Amino acid sequence: MSKDIRIRKGLDIKLVGEAEKVTVEAIRSNVYAIRPDDFHGIVPKVVAKQGTEVKAGEPLFYSKSNEKMLFPSPVSGEVIEIVRGAKRKILAFKILGDKEQKYADFGAKDIKAMSGDDIKTHLLASGCWPFIKQRPYDVIANPDVAPKAIFISGYTTAPLAADSDYVLEGKEKELQAAVTALSKLTDGKVHISVDKKGNSPLSGIANSIIHNVSGPHPAGNVSVQIAKIDPINKGETVWVVNPQDLIVIGELLLTGKFNAERTIALAGSSVKTPKYFKTKIGAEVSSVVYASGVHDEGNIRVISGDVLTGENVKPDGYLGYYHNAITVIPEGDDYELFGWNKPVFNKISPSRALTFSWLFPNKKYELTTNTNGEHRAFVVTGNYENVFPLDIYPLQLLKACVVNDLDAMEQLGMYEVAPEDFALTEFICVSKQPHQQIIREGLDLMLKEIG
Amino acid sequence: MALKDKLHKLKLKYKDTKMSAAYNAIHTFLYMPNETTHSGAHIRAVDDLKRTMNTVIMSLIPCLIFGMFNAGYQHHLAAGEIQAVSNGFFSSEFWAIDNLVVGLWKVLPLVVVSYVVGLVVEIIFATIKKHEVEEGYLVTGMLVPLIVPIDTPLWMLAVAVIFGVVIGKEVFGGTGMNILNPALTIRAFLFFAYPTWMSGDKVWVHGAVERTNEIAEGAQLDAISGETVLGALAQGKEFTYSVSDMFLGFIPGSVGETSAILILLAGLFLIFTKIGSWRIMLSATLGALAMGLIFNGVVHAEWISESSKFYSLMSTEFWHHLIIGGFAFGVVFMATDPVTASQTNKGKWIYGFLIGFISILIRVFNPAYPEGVMLAILLMNVFAPTIDHYVIQGNIKKRMKRLKLKTA
Repeated sequence: MSKDIRIRKGLDIKLVGEAEKVTVEAIRSNVYAIRPDDFHGIVPKVVAKQGTEVKAGEPLFYSKSNEKMLFPSPVSGEVIEIVRGAKRKILAFKILGDKEQKYADFGAKDIKAMSGDDIKTHLLASGCWPFIKQRPYDVIANPDVAPKAIFISGYTTAPLAADSDYVLEGKEKELQAAVTALSKLTDGKVHISVDKKGNSPLSGIANSIIHNVSGPHPAGNVSVQIAKIDPINKGETVWVVNPQDLIVIGELLLTGKFNAERTIALAGSSVKTPKYFKTKIGAEVSSVVYASGVHDEGNIRVISGDVLTGENVKPDGYLGYYHNAITVIPEGDDYELFGWNKPVFNKISPSRALTFSWLFPNKKYELTTNTNGEHRAFVVTGNYENVFPLDIYPLQLLKACVVNDLDAMEQLGMYEVAPEDFALTEFICVSKQPHQQIIREGLDLMLKEIG
Repeated sequence: MALKDKLHKLKLKYKDTKMSAAYNAIHTFLYMPNETTHSGAHIRAVDDLKRTMNTVIMSLIPCLIFGMFNAGYQHHLAAGEIQAVSNGFFSSEFWAIDNLVVGLWKVLPLVVVSYVVGLVVEIIFATIKKHEVEEGYLVTGMLVPLIVPIDTPLWMLAVAVIFGVVIGKEVFGGTGMNILNPALTIRAFLFFAYPTWMSGDKVWVHGAVERTNEIAEGAQLDAISGETVLGALAQGKEFTYSVSDMFLGFIPGSVGETSAILILLAGLFLIFTKIGSWRIMLSATLGALAMGLIFNGVVHAEWISESSKFYSLMSTEFWHHLIIGGFAFGVVFMATDPVTASQTNKGKWIYGFLIGFISILIRVFNPAYPEGVMLAILLMNVFAPTIDHYVIQGNIKKRMKRLKLKTA
């Protein structure tokens, strides 16, 4: 069964440095790091103390709020350091990887014979649970709440992001195993959306409803698809899973091994030869970035994830738990003479105020991290709506979050959004307001106050 | 570059001092700052508030230049020194250096006073409240000299600007937080605080007031009439200007509001650059036409006699309302102010329509002060949050209905 979803509002940001569809094996990273901050809202309780030898898949820590929820080590090796910050908050677990990888054996399973509860227990015990996130609040799914449906977006529209069709190629077996398992966790359906024009390995998956999506970014964002397929109401929960994480779940079910291997895109205008790499969750980004060479090494920003939603990890950082791309772009730490009023040809603009990107719709741009202006109060109205396909008033919702008005947030549709949905409005914001941060803080407040 | 580095060092020197707001305000005019993204998206589009405001100012420049020539033209014409324009927009009688000299002499001081006083107030507030100087006043400062009569005394303008910026904007929290359009607050203040000076028919042409005083003192001179089209109509007089004069702008009025054609071009430019809201401009025009048609209908149905004091404004052909008075200027530059207008797209249609509708209503029924557009916009500024409230309630109700369907 398949349905078409067409998104009209949005903006495709075309950037220089798209990854070429060639995959190479990355240099093996010495140290891997898992950062508890990647799992938003989770307070870690250490299982593997410093000096412990762990196998791939064995837990490093569990969640303070739910001790069944385990967070695994992506590789086997020795926990060499638990990095702590202010108030002894755990910032990262660092694992020195073994040359010969040893995997914890969770046992190959016969998915058909398993019940929903069996699968839940199995995923929690094997550390695969954190791959499942929930809406509302965009946090790791609460295993005690039954979702009304599960959504998987196999359509990538974010700029320079790893192409789902390409990274999932040849993994049909794992994907099918994972989807079959997930379909037992909900009374509703598993909805998978794929690129209408693409040829996704997901489009043949059984036990699910396939949706063909087309349109500009953020059409690939799962919130947009949920809103079109089965919008979230107050009190309802849906789960979402990234397609590349389905592979890990599928492999676990089929072989009993937690294999954190992942094909990631290395992209961005600072990379000399952008392409795809096979590496593992938590690997050092330097093991990938320098293999391809970078332009102007002293002036780069290394982002784990895509340019809109990723995280600034610095060249000595690590690949994030949910990320399947590393983007390297030039820093924009420089002044520009009369930058605010001269005609601009080399940057993207949604307007035509002496900016000429509208003349060249297919040109690829080389953007830096400069904000192109300073933080201001919200002034301009009506421009966010042009890139925001949800039936929500973005400006009003942001303002409700800024003033912590819980009632207004709830009424205006806060349950339906995640910070990533405000990445585009943040990109075009004339007042340079931190939209994603505002929404994240708003969601956290709601989670705390309403739950 | 040496200058760049020197300014950067100064910026670091002033950082976290009281001077930083004032310094940064000037520095960022020269150089776009070196700020990089800290959270969320790592890249940003090129538009910022300065660019947005600058686009509006660019669209105002033709009106300003025309206003300067018109100031001189009206002055010389009223004094009987030159002939009326004869061959269209590019008439040599109008675009003469003599006219420009008067304009420069009278209009530039208005611009300078407006900017200097306004920006000083802004910088003082930014320094006290420890935030950056926001760009809101860049447009306001240009609008103000264009919407006041040419002979407005500079001290009066300065007082009005201080009132408008402080009471109209800063007490609400500064740029982005104000309820009323600051430029219109300034104009409204002028007109209601100094009615004896402002409401006469003399301030619209440079020299008319002085001449009247001279005559009063016994000088043997002809009086200069400085009446605007609206003023004449409100007193039941006939039009003395042709439609083309009114459309091109060769009529007395506030400095920059007379040339409907330049305002139309500026409006199209703002729509093209996606800075101005086409919804507001279009719906306000429709609203004005609708009200105009209603009044024409009343006259046509002979419900009103020629002796009525409303007759001549009511019988003005409906589309003439668009090109006389400050209507066009108000709709293109003031009603579209994003902070004080409705913020939802649906709300903008309602807001704009009502501005057009009420403008003409006030124009016709308020003979003492026939310029309705200012009051209409201020009134709708106050109602804009209410309009938005109901538009947003529609969205909220839709969401609640979805929930009910689900649980039922």
